[in-house]
Order: sequence, then C-alpha cells, then structure tokens
Amino acid sequence: MALDRRSFLKVTALAGGGMLLGLYPDAQAQEAAPRGRQRSGPGFGGSPLAPQAFIRIAPDGIVTIMAARPEIGQGVKTMLPMLIAEELDVEWKQVRVEQGDLDAKYGMQFTGGSFATPSSWDPLRRVGASARHLLVLACAQSLGVAPEECTTSTGKVLHVPSGRSVGYGELATKAAALPMPDPDAIKLKDPKDYKIIGHTVHGVDVPDIVTGKQQFGIDVSLPGMLYAVYQKCPVFGGTVASANLAEIKKLPGIRDAFIVKGVEELGDVLPSDPGLEQGIAIVATSWWYAQSARNKLKVKWNEGHWSTAEQSSKAFEKRAIELSKKAPEKTLHQDGDVKAALSGAAKVVEGAYSYPFLAHATLEPQNCTAHYHDGKLEMWSTSQMPQGTRSAVAHLLGIPETSITIHIMRAGGAFGRRFGNDFNLEAAWIAKAMNAPVKLVWSREDDIAHDYYRAGGFQFLKGGLDKSGKLIAWDTHFVTFGEGNRTAMAANMDAEFPVRYVSNYALHQSLMPLGVRTGYWRAPGSNAYAHVIESFIDELAHAAGKDPVAFRLGLLSTAPPPQPGQRGGGLDPVRMRAVIELAAEKSGWGKRALPKGTGLGIAAYFSHMGHFAEVAQVRVTPQKHIKVEHVWVVGDIGSQVINPGAAENMVQGAIIDGLSALMGQEATLDHGRIQQSNFHDYPLIRMHQAPPKIEVIFNKTNHSPTGLGEPALPPILPAVCNAIFAATGDRVRSLPLTKHGYSWE
Amino acid sequence: MHFKLIVNGKTAQVDAPADMPLLWVLRDLLQMHGTKYGCGIGECGACTVHLNGEPVRSCSTTVAEASKGHITTIEGLSADGSHPVQMAWKEIDVPQCGYCQCGQIMSAAALLAHKPHPTDKDIDAAMDGNLCRCGTYTRIRQAIHRAAELKAQHSPGTAKPAAAHKASNGGSK
Repeated sequence: MALDRRSFLKVTALAGGGMLLGLYPDAQAQEAAPRGRQRSGPGFGGSPLAPQAFIRIAPDGIVTIMAARPEIGQGVKTMLPMLIAEELDVEWKQVRVEQGDLDAKYGMQFTGGSFATPSSWDPLRRVGASARHLLVLACAQSLGVAPEECTTSTGKVLHVPSGRSVGYGELATKAAALPMPDPDAIKLKDPKDYKIIGHTVHGVDVPDIVTGKQQFGIDVSLPGMLYAVYQKCPVFGGTVASANLAEIKKLPGIRDAFIVKGVEELGDVLPSDPGLEQGIAIVATSWWYAQSARNKLKVKWNEGHWSTAEQSSKAFEKRAIELSKKAPEKTLHQDGDVKAALSGAAKVVEGAYSYPFLAHATLEPQNCTAHYHDGKLEMWSTSQMPQGTRSAVAHLLGIPETSITIHIMRAGGAFGRRFGNDFNLEAAWIAKAMNAPVKLVWSREDDIAHDYYRAGGFQFLKGGLDKSGKLIAWDTHFVTFGEGNRTAMAANMDAEFPVRYVSNYALHQSLMPLGVRTGYWRAPGSNAYAHVIESFIDELAHAAGKDPVAFRLGLLSTAPPPQPGQRGGGLDPVRMRAVIELAAEKSGWGKRALPKGTGLGIAAYFSHMGHFAEVAQVRVTPQKHIKVEHVWVVGDIGSQVINPGAAENMVQGAIIDGLSALMGQEATLDHGRIQQSNFHDYPLIRMHQAPPKIEVIFNKTNHSPTGLGEPALPPILPAVCNAIFAATGDRVRSLPLTKHGYSWE
Repeated sequence: MHFKLIVNGKTAQVDAPADMPLLWVLRDLLQMHGTKYGCGIGECGACTVHLNGEPVRSCSTTVAEASKGHITTIEGLSADGSHPVQMAWKEIDVPQCGYCQCGQIMSAAALLAHKPHPTDKDIDAAMDGNLCRCGTYTRIRQAIHRAAELKAQHSPGTAKPAAAHKASNGGSK
C-alpha cells in the first residue's frame, strides 16, 4: 500500500524495560491528510488512512497490543491485534489487548465502510514482523551469533545450531535500542504457517461483557458527574420560542435548565453535519431526574421552514410518481441507446420500486461524557471517527484540538450512526456551560427522532429483453433527495450492476428537497439498491423464461475487467459467478421439490469489496405469515478469513439485521417530523422470528482480504423477496413487507 | 423517599422518588452499570434483572416495588463469571457489540432455573423480550442449550459426560 511505503516504524525504549513499537505516518503524509477531516465518505476510498499499532513487551514476556480503532461490535479490537501477534510470532495467550485513546501516533482511528481489514492487513502485519526482526537481531547480538542462524517460535528467539533460546521479554529492551528496519523489506510469513490468522480467537472483551464489567460509553462515571438530557425541536432546524424553564429548574434533582442557541457550520467534518442544533439542556443529579423534568417541559417551538405538508412520506411518494412521468432532471450515466433498444425489444419489463427511511436504533442510545476544566476538554465517546469529533468540538468551543482528549469507548452498536457528531457536540457544550463532568444520554425517543437516517428513495426501472431472452437494455429513473447539484448524504447513486454487462444502460436522477439528516447506515446505498436491482433482475429472469441463477450467470458471462474505485465497478465477474454457483449448489437450487407455499430466492451483490450470493428458503402461509427457514450465504472476501468464528457470527448477524429492516422498519415523516418513537413502532426482529438456520460459507480466492461488517447484508433483502415471489407469485417492490400485509410467522 | 434494597444479597440504602425505575437506581445511584438502558418502555430487555428469581424489566419496575423483594443483577449472577450461562456465552463467543448481552444472560439464567432442559420453543418464549440489534440470536440459542448441558454436568450427582447425561435426564426434572 502506498501509505505503508510512506511510513516508518519508530521504536522507543520505555522506563519499565519494555518496548514500544508503532507505525507512524511521515510528516508529508500527515500534511497531505487534513487532520480530523474525512472529506470523502468513509470506506469509499480516497481518504488516506494511517494504520498504526503498538506493541509492549514486558520482562515476563507478556505482550500488550494496543487496539487503536473504535470497537462497535465488528470485532476489530480482537481481529486487528491478531495480525500483529501472528507476525510477531507469539502465542495468543501471551497477548493482552488495550484500547488506545485518540492519539496522532495511531494514525487514522476510524471505523466504517468495512475498511479496517483492507487498510490494516498489510501495515499491521508489518508492524508485528518488524518487531520480530528486531528481537531476532537483539538475540543474535546477545549470544554473539549470526541472526540468520536464529528463528522464532511462540515468543522466543531460538539459535538453531546450539539449541539455545531467549524469551522476548528478556530481549525487549535491547531490541528497542536497535535501528528500525525498512518495513517493506521485512519478509512476512507464508500463510501456510499462520497459527493465529485463520484460527478462531474469542472476543477479548467477552469475559467482561458477560459479567457486566465491560464499560460502554453510557457506563462512564466520574466523581461529581451530572446527567443531562437535551430536548430538540421534532422538526429539524426548529428553534425555541418559549419554555417553562423556571418551573423545570425547581424540580427535584435539577441543577440547571437552559436554552442552547446552537452553532451551525462547523466545517466539513461530515457534509451533512449540522453543527450544534438548538435545544434545551436539562442537567440533574441522575438521568432519571433529568428525564422526568423533561416530561414536564412545555416548549413553544418555531418549527422553521421544514414543517410543511411536502415534508411527509405520503407527499414524497406522490411527488416521486409525478417525477417518474416527466423527463428526468439529470442523466448520470449512459451507455449505448436505451430508448432505441427498449423500443426494439421483444419484451419490456417495468418495475416501480421504493424503500423507506431507516433509523439506526443502536441498542446503546447515543451518549457522551465530557469534562471541561482549565481550558481543556476531556471526552469519553463512542464516535466511529474520533478525529472528526475532536475537530468538530474544537471548532464549536473555539479551543485548539491539542486541548481535547478523547477516550474511545466500546459502543453498543454503531452501524454508521456514530459518524454523526450531534451527541458529542451537545455533551461538550453542556459540560463547558456546567463547568463539571456531564454525561449526556439520549432517550430512545431522541434517538429515533434525531437520526442520520438511511435515505428512503424511489426507482423506476425498465428492462428490455430480446427474442432469446437476453438482457439488451436497462433504464433507471432514480428519484432521490436533494436540491440543485447536491444530493442528501448517502442518497446518491452511481451506475451499478448490470452496467458494463448490458450494452444499453442509463441512470437518470430527479431530486426532492428533504428536511431531515441522512447518513451512513450499514452498507450505505447498497442496503437499498441491492433490493431494487436484484429483485428486478429476478423479474427479468422470469420474463425471459429463464432460471434466476442461470440468468445471472449468463449476464456475468461476458467479463469486462473489474474497475476498482467506483461503486459496483469493482465487481469481478469471475468471483461473483463462483459465489452464485456455490450458493446454488449448497442450497440444492433447482434440485429439490419444495412444499406448496415455500420458495427459494437468490440474490447476489457486490459491496465494500465483498462478493456475496445468498439463497433464502421461505415459507409463506395463506395469511401472509412468513418464515425464513434456511439461508445459505456464500461470500468471497479474499484469501483469508482472519477470525473465522467472529466472521460467521458477523455474517449471521448481518442476515438477521437485514431481515429486521425488511419486515417492518420504516421511519416516516409528517410535516418534517419523524412519526416513530421507540421499539413498539420501530420494531427490531426478535429471536423466534429469526431464521433457524444460516449457513455461512467463505469461498477463498487469491485476493487480499477485505472487510465483513457490511457486504453480507444487502443481498438478503432481495433473496427473501425473490423467494416470496417463487412461493406465491407476489412481487414485492416496496418495503417494508408489513406494507403488504406480511408478518413473521 | 428512603428505600432499603437487597441487591445481590447485600443491603443498599437509597433516597429516591417512589416511582424511580430500578434501572436508574442501579445505574445512577448505586453505580452498577451492567444493567443497561435500551428503550425505557420494557420493549428491548437490555435492563433485565431478577426480582425474587423472576426476570423483570428494571426500566419498568419502580424502586418501591423492587424494595419488596430480592434483586439479582448481572453483577450478582456469579462472583467470577462461572454461572453456566456465562460460561456458555464465553465458550460460544456470543457477543458482537455486547450491549444487550447482560439482559439476554439474565433472561436465559431465569429460563434455566425453571426449565433445566429447554426446547427451542421454550427458548423462543423466554427470550422473546430481549432484542439484539447485532443479530446474535443464532448463537444465543446455541449458548442456552450449551448452558443447560454445563449446568447438568455441574449439578451434584449428575457429573456425567454430556451425551450420557442427555440420555439419562429425561425424567429427572
């Protein structure tokens, strides 16, 4: 990787006789990457990431590896240290993992976009290998032998001819004083010798999680700490006209209640980051006191210009249909002549698809603890992008970034929600105003009402087939949200598959203004577009009289070279065909007789560098009760699955999470207000509704390993919808399924 | 108001309004953070504790009600993480983010206390009130079955291999 070549390793001797080893970006790279800013979308490339890690070896041989990135449930706190430990050549039982604070020495500490694996795979292994190299040199010098005669094994350096060995703990101080090798010149292990990579390692925090000792962001507690809630206008951008604050301040346990005017334009930390929104802070001696007082709050809001009938889900739908009948505002991509091809087609298929806004609903509500004292701010945050948080907070409070310390806290889920800085900004502002440690905790109702939603959208498709059933034209009119030249965050779309696989392809766009924030939600874009594209391909297959698996394989049989760097452009037809064929084989596609009312559906989708094909076996009763009986997932994320047990868990979770969204999740607007408030009207899937069987198969291919947090999710939605069609003949084009009378069995 | 609570076998004195939910008494007054806030309306189960051995949602149980019984939280399930449910959770490596898991474990422990060998249906019924946004349900189910095995192995007089035990315990409930 380019970054790795621009980086060098630095070793520092520690007072305790240990060794500290880290990978530093050079000064030039630091300057090239605007600190704290993430100018392009996380995970979509273009943002220089500076991977880094620390190794500390104690005299007793215990190795402490620093976890630098935020742990949000994706397993990086365990998986990334595994890369270092493997090349360091130690046993996992010798390793202790510690979470690092936000610190420039770690490089970019960001998590999202399934990017931790591809961006760390090479650099972190080189960190481990470089340390091993130095330990070998140190041992050779101690024994007065040639380093070439030495090897390592489980935390020891062995001098092969004499059979002598020295533990890493004894060598650490000496190794730390040696000059650094060029990390690129270090030889990495042959994968066949891996003892940690590719072998299941249990989550390092699990023993503390199961005893309740694990501290999440919401569990931070400081001496003298106060608790805060923050009430905002239900309509985005609304302001306080009046509020009964004098009354609120008299309630039990209340320390203060005040209006925060709000600060806009904190820079481009996130394109849609609205700054600090106006609201009312209530600060108390327990969260319950603050929340109880909030229930007595009487506020007259100036709801602002988004409180209009147009800012309603029903109005969006009506407007989108109107727009679909007009000429699109813009053509984003065009190959060949779609109009001519459609008019000459033997068969034209049309489909109007839509999908709703989604909230993230992380089970740990948004929260942040902050303490401002002596011109400095200390924060405990679950941010997915702590550098961005520091930058935004520095702008907000007008203090230098060097005056802000951020402790990275384990997060109870994130799924993209914790890129938003709203809760961090609010906590920082309230803490400064109170001059005391303050823990801000959002209620679930705050969380549902003030999210960076997965954007809803509408797609109007036309597909043309020739006499032989070959796809000859594909036309999408994408009606999404935005104004002028700007689309709402993560509500944009690039040409996607089957672009390049069909000679006539067009993608058009029309926009509608939107008065809520949108943002990244697990597999941004893909989580919605996969349903549209893969359902429509299924429609086309049936219209062509072809088997859906055969139709897809046929489409992928013309193999243009992959073009990395654009959405969908990195799709490798060879890899995709392989996962589809394997999913078909494992599920007994076309080879099993299924009972009436039961169907198999397939979908395949490329996102976040992963190729995934999924088959769902679905039973549908006459009352429209659904049971997803069995799911087969085949994924290609490269040559190695670093932590197989955790990977299986992650993929099964992605399937279940996708089904959760598919069945009943929908955040609707009415006059700019989100109408849902908690899990009773924004339902998450429950245990008995989840599929009893989810088989996960990794098809290993000779490609560098890539991430897994996201790419398994998108195909499950169309796979189930295609199975419903196979079982019943009902084609579901708009989500969620509850809209059409379906429910879980 | 003043309340005397019995939490994990120890007495705790708190001053709180009678309608204050046990959840916030535990978290903010007693600084016991293993019991989690997820929804505040008894929909998610992250706040599950035992009151006289029964699983209850502490967000919807007032301190006044809780003061009438014995409260067990995740911190009191075992001294060292050795409860069969905790052991099984570690062995199966259940958690992803882990936030819901204390509540899941408390519900599972209550289930096993009543039904040492639960069927999948029993598990569905007992675990229906506990949400997991990460979707670890597959492993939770697996871990509950495993915990049942571990519990049987460690019960006096039933220290037999798992397979033998399975065959012999049919009528021993």
